[in-house]
Amino acid sequence: MAKRIEAVNVSAYYGSFRAIDNITMTIEPKSVTALIGPSGCGKSTFLRSINRMHEVLPGAKVDGQLMIDGQNIYDRDIDVTAVRRTIGMVFQRPNPFPTMSIYDNVVAGLKLNGVRRKAALDDACEKALRGANLWNEVKDRLNRPGAGLSGGQQQRLCIARAIAVEPQVVLMDEPCSALDPISTLAIEDLIAELKNQYTIVIVTHNMQQAARVSDRTGFFSIDSTGEPGRLIEYDDTAKIFTNPSVKRTEDYITGRFG
Amino acid sequence: MSQQSLTTTPAGAQGAGGGGALPRGSRLGAEKLFRGLATAAGSTVLVIIVAIAAFLIVQAVPALRADSENFFTFQSWFANDDPPKFGIAAIAFGTVLTSALALIMAVPVALGIALCLTHYAHRRVASTLGFFIDLLAAVPSVVFGLWGRDYFRGPVGDFSKFLHDHFGWIPLFGGGGPYGNSILLGSIVLAIMVLPIVTSLSREVFAQTPAQNEEAALALGATKWEMIRTAVLPYGKPGIIASVMLGLGRALGETIALALTLGAVYNVSFDLLGTGGNTIAANIALKFAEANPTGRSALIASGLVLFAITLVVNMTARAIVYRRREFVGGAA
Ligand SMILES: Nc1ncnc2c1ncn2[C@@H]1O[C@H](COP(=O)(O)OP(=O)(O)OP(=O)(O)O)[C@@H](O)[C@H]1O
Ligand SMILES: [Mg+2]
Repeated sequence: MAKRIEAVNVSAYYGSFRAIDNITMTIEPKSVTALIGPSGCGKSTFLRSINRMHEVLPGAKVDGQLMIDGQNIYDRDIDVTAVRRTIGMVFQRPNPFPTMSIYDNVVAGLKLNGVRRKAALDDACEKALRGANLWNEVKDRLNRPGAGLSGGQQQRLCIARAIAVEPQVVLMDEPCSALDPISTLAIEDLIAELKNQYTIVIVTHNMQQAARVSDRTGFFSIDSTGEPGRLIEYDDTAKIFTNPSVKRTEDYITGRFG
Repeated sequence: MSQQSLTTTPAGAQGAGGGGALPRGSRLGAEKLFRGLATAAGSTVLVIIVAIAAFLIVQAVPALRADSENFFTFQSWFANDDPPKFGIAAIAFGTVLTSALALIMAVPVALGIALCLTHYAHRRVASTLGFFIDLLAAVPSVVFGLWGRDYFRGPVGDFSKFLHDHFGWIPLFGGGGPYGNSILLGSIVLAIMVLPIVTSLSREVFAQTPAQNEEAALALGATKWEMIRTAVLPYGKPGIIASVMLGLGRALGETIALALTLGAVYNVSFDLLGTGGNTIAANIALKFAEANPTGRSALIASGLVLFAITLVVNMTARAIVYRRREFVGGAA
């Protein structure tokens, strides 16, 4: 179910602007990897290049290799939609489809995959909502609009939508930044559970969160504005937060960010 | 200390605040004024609509009293005769039929072009194409009418013959000619006229789909077309309905282009190909000049019916949009 991700010399561009430069890192299956770093250092850009969402923006492109279990997803004959089905994504702002009910939101990906049988959809919907710790709160109103939920519930709905298609990797870009502390804890608990099944990569600005949920942490930074972001240090979370080997990491983590 | 700072208001605001109370901002006055203006503007629209309806009714009554046939079922129009004989059946039917046909032809094409402009075409191509489509919307309808009558009638006639020869067993294509001004010609010209309206409005609608919804669909592994079906079209539905309704409004009220391309024949018939077709608006245009007072009053009665048709159509559209309002995040 879970897959290993190997980025080899990945650079990403917006037009001619290089946002990240030569990122090389290996992400183990069934682990949680946190990406931290100052604003604008390319965390989101890197995350989006893992499921080929970066190229959706006009003029955006990616160089380098990104191997999922040994297969380069940037190979010419790779089906982008298959890549994105394998690698689910949760965005910073909860973005349920506003025109759809809770139920339809969860099964949207399955319907795209051609699943039509009502029983199969019902089962998958319940499973995904349980997996996202949302089932008990919404089971009586599955036909209500998804946009009518609270922010935290919407974000868990988006997680349910992402895991309903049973991806192998789940990418999360600051999934808690729009949420209150209680919802944040709910999602952190959820991440801890999801780890048993999926490879998870999470971008966060919250050091405590990175320390709490992740096994490995990657620290990104930029030398100055206009320069591309680089991976400064990548190690076990415990090591990064107690005894980082690079001075810049330590400065950032202790708040002496430069 | 804090008491002090609260009462220390700038000299200009002092008159507004009574004694030691909080200053009463003049901004509230502006707010009230604006609300008043907005309400007035809103009610003006209502007043105008009611006034038009009242005018039409008052003007129509004499002819409706004098009509010696059933106004709703009689198909011909001899309103100048004594006694006057006229009925709305044929032209009301023709109005709805030509508009419906025009929309059936125009809407899929318009939505296709709009989607192409917003989601497929290169940006520069899209803006050039969009410019020409907006230009098309600005062409006066008499130009479309003359073009339809003088240049387009031949090809449509040939096409009619083809349809009749091969699909003549379908009643719609049963008409055996001669092929001149016909419902088919009129509704094609009408379709070309509503196309730019529906296109440019629905282009605006599609362009407003939130990027985060589109990305959500793509991230689930949707192809572009699937993304459009899951995110763009449902989100834009109220807007699409509104733009189709505006197109329909133009089609129902179109006068001169249809006066030039329809056959001005008064009968209820589904024959699209043969000489025929007439609409309320075209009938008014064709008959107004030669109408005597009763004839004019009769034409106004037909205008009242057109007004009612338009009203029903718009209310139906509103109802459709309203029914699913909780599912559209403010797009309505
Ligand atoms: N759509 C875009 N077009 C052009 N440049 C962009 C775009 N999105 C991001 N960038 C630039 O790319 C660089 C990296 O941005 P990115 O969003 O990946 O940073 P980030 O680390 O996620 O920041 P944050 O923590 O604020 O989310 C920044 O310099 C940013 O200005
Ligand atoms: Mg970001």
